[in-house]
Amino acid sequence: MARLVFAALTGGIFGLGLLISGMTDTRKVQGFLDLFGDWDPTLAFVMGGAILPMAVAWRIAARRRVALTGAPMPPPPDGTIDARLVGGSVLFGAGWAVAGLCPGPALASIGFGGTGGVIFLLAMVAGMVVATRIARPTDGVTAWTSDP
Amino acid sequence: MMQTDWLWGLAGGGLIGLAAAMFLLLNGRIMGASSLLGSVVDGTAGNKTLENIVFMAGLAGVPWLVSLIWSGQSTHLTPDLWAIVLGGVLVGLGTRLANGCTSGHGVCGMSRLSRRGIVASLAYVGAGMLMISLLRHVWGLV
Repeated sequence: MARLVFAALTGGIFGLGLLISGMTDTRKVQGFLDLFGDWDPTLAFVMGGAILPMAVAWRIAARRRVALTGAPMPPPPDGTIDARLVGGSVLFGAGWAVAGLCPGPALASIGFGGTGGVIFLLAMVAGMVVATRIARPTDGVTAWTSDP
Repeated sequence: MMQTDWLWGLAGGGLIGLAAAMFLLLNGRIMGASSLLGSVVDGTAGNKTLENIVFMAGLAGVPWLVSLIWSGQSTHLTPDLWAIVLGGVLVGLGTRLANGCTSGHGVCGMSRLSRRGIVASLAYVGAGMLMISLLRHVWGLV
C-alpha cells in the first residue's frame, strides 16, 4: 500500500514539474531543438535541475541494498551500446521533433491537451505495440522490464 | 520574458529530479515514463502493473487539477493530424526499442553516468535537432 501511495505522490510531483517547467508546451520543446530559429534553452535548465537531485539520490542508493519500502534497488547500469539503443533513440528524437511531445509530457498534459493530445497518446501506445512486434528482445525478456 | 522561463524550467526540473529521487529511494524504481507506460501496454510490468498505473494517474491527474484552477494551460500541439500521428508512433516505437526516453535515459540515466543513458540522450537530441531543421527550415512543414 505504501508503494502505491508513494507512486501516486511521485507521479504527481513529476507532472507538476513538467507543467511548471514548460515541458508540456510543444513550442518550448521544439524551440530547444531548433538551433536555427529563436533558440530556447529552457529544456537544458529543466534537465540540469532534474539531474542534480537525482545524482545525489544515486549516491544515497549506492549505500543501500533496498529502498524504504523494502523493494530492491535497481541493478547497476548495463553499458551495452547496440543498434536498438541508438536506432530507437534516433526514431524517438525524430518523432519528438515532429510533434514536440515525449512520453512524460504526453501523459502529464492529457487532462488539458484536447483531442490532439489524446490522439498523440493513442498513436504512441500503437508505436509501443509495434515495437514488441517487430523487434523480439535479443537480450532476454527482462530487457523489456529492465531499467535504462 | 525568456529569463523567467529559464527559472521556471530550473524549478520544474528540480521537482522532476525530486520525484525521480523519491521513486528510487522509496520504491526502488527508475522513473522512466516510456517504460512505466510501455510495460503496462505490452504486459511485461507483472506485479508492478498497479504501481505503474497509479504513478501515471498522479502524473496525469495533478497537472489536470492545476489546469482547472490555473487556466490557460496549453500544449500548443500542432493541429496537423499527420504530425500528431507520425510523432506519436515514432515516439512510442523509438522509446520502446531504446528502452527509455527523456526521463529514463535523460534524467535517471545521465545522473548516474550510465553509458546507455548518455548515448541515447545524444542520439535523440541530435536526431530531434536534425529533424526540426528539416521540417522547419528545409521543408517548411511545422
